[in-house]
Amino acid sequence: MAAQTQFSGGLENAPVDAAHAFRAAMTVMARPGDIRVLSGSEPPAPLSVAAGTLLLTLCDPETRVHLAGGIDTAAIRNWLTFHTGAPLVSAAKADFAVGTWDALGPLNAYRIGTPEYPDRSATLIVECDRLEQSGAILSGPGIKKTARLSLPGIPALQGNAMLYPLGCDFFFTCGNRVAALPRSTQITSEA
Amino acid sequence: MSAYNFAYLDEQTKRMIRRAILKGLAIPGYQVPFASREMPMPYGWGTGGVQVSAATLTPEDTLKVIDQGADDTTNAVSIRKFFEKTAGVETTEETEKATVIQTRHRIPEAKLREDQIIVYQVPIPEPLRFLEPRETETRKMHSLEEYGLMHVKLYEDISQHGAISTAYAYPVKVCGRYVMDPSPIPKFDNPKLEMDAIQLFGAGREQRIYAVPPHTRVVSLDFEDYPFEATKADHPCDLCGAEDSYLDEVIMDDAGNRMFVCSDTDYCRSRREAGHMGRLAEENAA
Repeated sequence: MAAQTQFSGGLENAPVDAAHAFRAAMTVMARPGDIRVLSGSEPPAPLSVAAGTLLLTLCDPETRVHLAGGIDTAAIRNWLTFHTGAPLVSAAKADFAVGTWDALGPLNAYRIGTPEYPDRSATLIVECDRLEQSGAILSGPGIKKTARLSLPGIPALQGNAMLYPLGCDFFFTCGNRVAALPRSTQITSEA
Repeated sequence: MSAYNFAYLDEQTKRMIRRAILKGLAIPGYQVPFASREMPMPYGWGTGGVQVSAATLTPEDTLKVIDQGADDTTNAVSIRKFFEKTAGVETTEETEKATVIQTRHRIPEAKLREDQIIVYQVPIPEPLRFLEPRETETRKMHSLEEYGLMHVKLYEDISQHGAISTAYAYPVKVCGRYVMDPSPIPKFDNPKLEMDAIQLFGAGREQRIYAVPPHTRVVSLDFEDYPFEATKADHPCDLCGAEDSYLDEVIMDDAGNRMFVCSDTDYCRSRREAGHMGRLAEENAA
């Protein structure tokens, strides 16, 4: 019984659940500032439903995952390994990193891609206490005029955008909701 | 349908394609390498587009497939049947009703909406390939934003023909950074590349995926004194009378008679249903 509860909470109908989850992830990445519901998995605390589902949708033995700070528990390690088989690595090697903003930082620890292969960069999944369409003003690809999103650490994210076309890409998760910030988005802090 | 995993591909393949799509959206116009799979159709028949569609579809989607604007040509019919069988999704010929549109070489005439996704089938994703055959070199050219060669090509068009003669696969610059091949759409469609829908591009044989998010700046390359022109045959459609749509020329007989018809069959049909008539409409109906 213990084993069953330890490893339960995966996607119930993987092909369909993952298709829905990816559609939400793709929509928010294509439209920075949009917030979508992302659910399907029940990961061990303190990992959010959205972050857990995102990991199950995108990670497998080919992706290296970094668990930062309070997310790096034995229960989450076991759960993630059981469901995805993703190798757990340090920040510098990660394709995906999960944690709170404070635990993930500083950003210069992560891969930003190379000039010839800017896609070989890390995607950071940032667990947030709140996720709202307020605060920082976003503009750029995917945004009609401007959008707003409650971003943590605006100066660091502005620095990341300046590396374009290199840089990291971000998902922000809160409960069962997700938003995203690709490197192409220009950020102005609230006036 | 039960004999297949949802949308044909296995889950690990879909994850790999999905990761490439996300990076593509984050770097608009940049070609992300991906491990293209063999599909049950030959290369050149849309294997890239099919893989991108398979990774994007959900069971609730309504799929439309067009080939040169037409819903009823071999390629479009067989891809639509493929997804009816392997994903069990609804299909339609109406642009309005579709949530995912896979296309070969056209953008529908109807304006696409926020909630739609268009997937392009791409034969040669590298716009610089015919100017520089080495992948190592073109990759370096993109990384250095060295696009002078492309402008030389357009300049040579002008010096030889008096105008830019490139009529399809007309190169564009996305978001002020990457020069991108919009797939072999006629240059008439280039202005539509700035749209509300998400645009995904899949090249199966060449193993590349790229993307253009909604509302992204897409500029067709040109010169101040030879500005870009979205051209079409100077005719109205002979069936529906539309003057704003891209036309196909059809040879009617050995005497050289010909007609012009909308390349977008759904657009033409919906206009005829609304009572619009072109030069040959009645004859054709009889």
